Amino acid sequence: MRHLLSTADLGHDEAVLILDTARELAQIGERSVKKLPTLRGRTVVNLFYEDSTRTRTSFELAAKRLSADVINFSAKGSSVAKGESLKDTALTLQAMGADGVVVRHGASGAAHRLAGWVDGSVVNAGDGTHEHPTQALLDAYTMRERTGRLAGLRVAIVGDVLHSRVARSNVLLLHTLGAEVTLVAPPTLVPVSVGTWPCQVSYDLDEVLPKSDVVMMLRVQAERMNEAFFPTAREYSRRYGLDRDRFALMGEDAIVMHPGPMVRGMEISAEVADSPRATVTRQVANGVSVRMAVLYLLLGGSEPAIGQR
Amino acid sequence: MCAQNGAEGDPSAGPPGTGAGELRAVLEGPEIRRALTRIAHEVLERTKGAEDVTLLGIPSRGAPLARRLAERIERVESRTVPCGALDITMYRDDLHLAPARALGRTDIPQEGIDGRVVVLVDDVLFSGRTVRAALDALNDLGRPRAVQLAVLVDRGHRELPIRADYVGKNLPTSLRETVRVQLEETDGRDAVLLGPAGGPGTPAEALRRSAGRPGPGGESTGSEEENR
Amino acid sequence: MSDENESGGTEYLIRGARPLGGEPADILVRAGEIAAVGPRAAAEAGAPARTVQADGMIALPGLVDLHTHLREPGREDAETVASGCRSAAMGGFTAVHAMANTDPVADTAGVVEQVWRLGRDSGHCDVRPVGAVTRGLAGERLAELGAMADSVARVRVFSDDGMCVSDPLLMRRALEYVKAFDGVVAQHAQDPRLTQGAQMNEGEVSDRLGLAGWPAVAEEAVIARDCLLAEHVGSRLHVCHVSTKGSVEIIRWAKQRGCDVTAEVTPHHLLLTDDLVEGYDPIYKVNPPLRTAADVHALREGLADGTIDCVATDHAPHPIEAKETEWANAAMGMLGLETALSVVQHTMVDTGLLDWAAVADRMSAAPARIGRLTGHGRPLAAGEPANIALYDASAERVVDPAAMESKSTNSPYRGMRLPGRVTGTFLRGVPTVLDGKIQ
Repeated sequence: MRHLLSTADLGHDEAVLILDTARELAQIGERSVKKLPTLRGRTVVNLFYEDSTRTRTSFELAAKRLSADVINFSAKGSSVAKGESLKDTALTLQAMGADGVVVRHGASGAAHRLAGWVDGSVVNAGDGTHEHPTQALLDAYTMRERTGRLAGLRVAIVGDVLHSRVARSNVLLLHTLGAEVTLVAPPTLVPVSVGTWPCQVSYDLDEVLPKSDVVMMLRVQAERMNEAFFPTAREYSRRYGLDRDRFALMGEDAIVMHPGPMVRGMEISAEVADSPRATVTRQVANGVSVRMAVLYLLLGGSEPAIGQR
Repeated sequence: MCAQNGAEGDPSAGPPGTGAGELRAVLEGPEIRRALTRIAHEVLERTKGAEDVTLLGIPSRGAPLARRLAERIERVESRTVPCGALDITMYRDDLHLAPARALGRTDIPQEGIDGRVVVLVDDVLFSGRTVRAALDALNDLGRPRAVQLAVLVDRGHRELPIRADYVGKNLPTSLRETVRVQLEETDGRDAVLLGPAGGPGTPAEALRRSAGRPGPGGESTGSEEENR
Repeated sequence: MSDENESGGTEYLIRGARPLGGEPADILVRAGEIAAVGPRAAAEAGAPARTVQADGMIALPGLVDLHTHLREPGREDAETVASGCRSAAMGGFTAVHAMANTDPVADTAGVVEQVWRLGRDSGHCDVRPVGAVTRGLAGERLAELGAMADSVARVRVFSDDGMCVSDPLLMRRALEYVKAFDGVVAQHAQDPRLTQGAQMNEGEVSDRLGLAGWPAVAEEAVIARDCLLAEHVGSRLHVCHVSTKGSVEIIRWAKQRGCDVTAEVTPHHLLLTDDLVEGYDPIYKVNPPLRTAADVHALREGLADGTIDCVATDHAPHPIEAKETEWANAAMGMLGLETALSVVQHTMVDTGLLDWAAVADRMSAAPARIGRLTGHGRPLAAGEPANIALYDASAERVVDPAAMESKSTNSPYRGMRLPGRVTGTFLRGVPTVLDGKIQ
């Protein structure tokens, strides 16, 4: 069985196949009957160990639009809360005949572990500080939709790269798709071996902004200052926040992205977040199409057409 | 899959015995063009001037055929005919028999399909399952006044109660044979080729073929489009 | 198999073995001692002597482990003193040092005496308890080190293993205090602040996998500090499971300065690297973490040139459920006793870095010396205690944890092909392993 655990699992053609499939499936959202019979009789389990209404509902909607049966299995109030191990939960889902398991977990690698215990396809919906492949796919989709290309696109990813699964997945996927990524963060918030990653690194946002077609802001938790990653939220915001003045440094066609949830006033100011060049809500809409594409390509045929074996 | 490009389909191109050489053309460019012109006129006649006709081609080769029909009708009537494409992949009944496939383009004309006479256009009519899927897809898109079917070739062997309203050529075949349609737009030339099943290709392709198409002793769930 | 007083009932004539890998020589074992080695052995053998055919086997002094987790008391589901001792015997060991992180912690004379008695009753291996440095391993107040040293367990090695004695003042006092009874503090060098939430070696792999990194400097900084402290107060220091290239360099430097420091390396740090974590299988989760190939190389060099004095297994049994889980929730540690000699052969002998005499030093004589353990780590010579391991270096095996004597199965070598096999182990003249089978 094949799984989508990391964007590193996707070759160029596979990634493009997902984006192209998503583009076709996006039409469904504009029809009166927003449903396809494709996954009729298939069961998709949403296994969420972390609260994430946004991601869970996006996957749920995607699966339902493909006519799959969807079971939401959240850690709260379930056997998980009573101390059931991930493996036992996996075996339970297995016994229920889950064809696909969408898993969000606070531990890096949880999706990998799960994939070893169930027969169905596992989709990583975010594991610890590791990866969040469908977020990167919807980001790439949104970039292609807004700018018309990915090859050669200059993308700045700004913020807490160290703890960001979104950044990891995006760096790998955008590199595969030919974009040029620059990570921008205080040195405390980039991994020590970032020099081996397929991207550039800068500590100076003002210098990078004019040279970027896409600026992706990552959420920064103010609590990080308690671990000495930066002195104060105010200083972080001053040096790395995207406010009106910095927004003006960007190219006229450059867009602002954010995976959400945003911390307005911290990494992004309200007027930038609400600008027509901000794609935040578009990213949400595209998320459903991209997740439909992933579920179709993993579960729609006799065997998955994408992902890691 | 197999023998879908011009080189392999050309009897003179491949060395004898490779299988590719056993395909023979039963319709050539001029005959295909004449058949399409005739179908265009029949559509005009049957729909009394085709005023509320929308042509929807089923990808991949139904879509260029639909455009050619639209051009011919427009030439006669001197007005545009809404023409689009309807991908039926997500409605197929044999998805579980092969790995998930890439989707074709769906492109519904601005007017939509409510109240229109939709003419579905495909290259080969075979088991009828593709048309069944297309009818399901239409049902989710709206409510046409009527749905008609135009095909370039009807090769028989229906598995569902479906018939074409417009046929370019009836081609009696055995289940062991394959029918391929080649078009300028997709293949660089116009031709309808007939050959034995299980031509050149890898064993995996042969397996997929046998699973995806009606066969003498096997599953009979295939689509008419053999070059998908 | 029981008490040392009862040992030596039967005479054994070990034929054809090669002491320390040298020329074949018969060894006569009688009354718990080696009675003769060489041509005289057969001549001196009494009529009822049992013959052990050991043609071509390497004969080594019984191995000594400075770092073993036997889990009893407290986690008998993972290992007991008895099962751990059988496991040790199967690995060619005749003495192990049982780490203090049991439940209750071995921080009083009562607990160390209990562990010592359990070892004595097992009969498969001598058990030398390690005492905790601080009460409850809490790193706040010294445990009653003197009481443990004076107990029947005669504790000489003190360690908060698993926890680092990170408070420099407390470490200084511990180093000074154990001088009174020739003890040694075995430090688990890990700066707790630099390793908060750490999951694996910090580097390329951890950054890619999104696992919190465990920087080499967190180990190296503590080792450097402790060497300087030990030098300042004139005490002995032992560094547990050295895992980085930088640590090797610091210890080499400290020894050159004349600092009385010894160090150990685990078999797994001599062989395995952090890229094994790629699949998130916690069988590779261990403390200190698996490092890089450059570290492995430096550790082998350090063991070869004597910078690192000995190999210690850090045998750490865990029940299946502690490993069949998410990486972050999994327990740290791996089995080591029954594969140690094979891994050392593979990494050190087959690579030409050590000969068998040096293996005997690194795995028997040196650890016995550091632990002040008399009766072990002695030469294979007439009049010495008959603690002997017989090893077939030409054998090959696929590691099967289920077939091990340990109660646990968390071996990182599962399915791996390793050279060599222990075919016999003698503890004071009594075979604990014969023909590769536990006795």
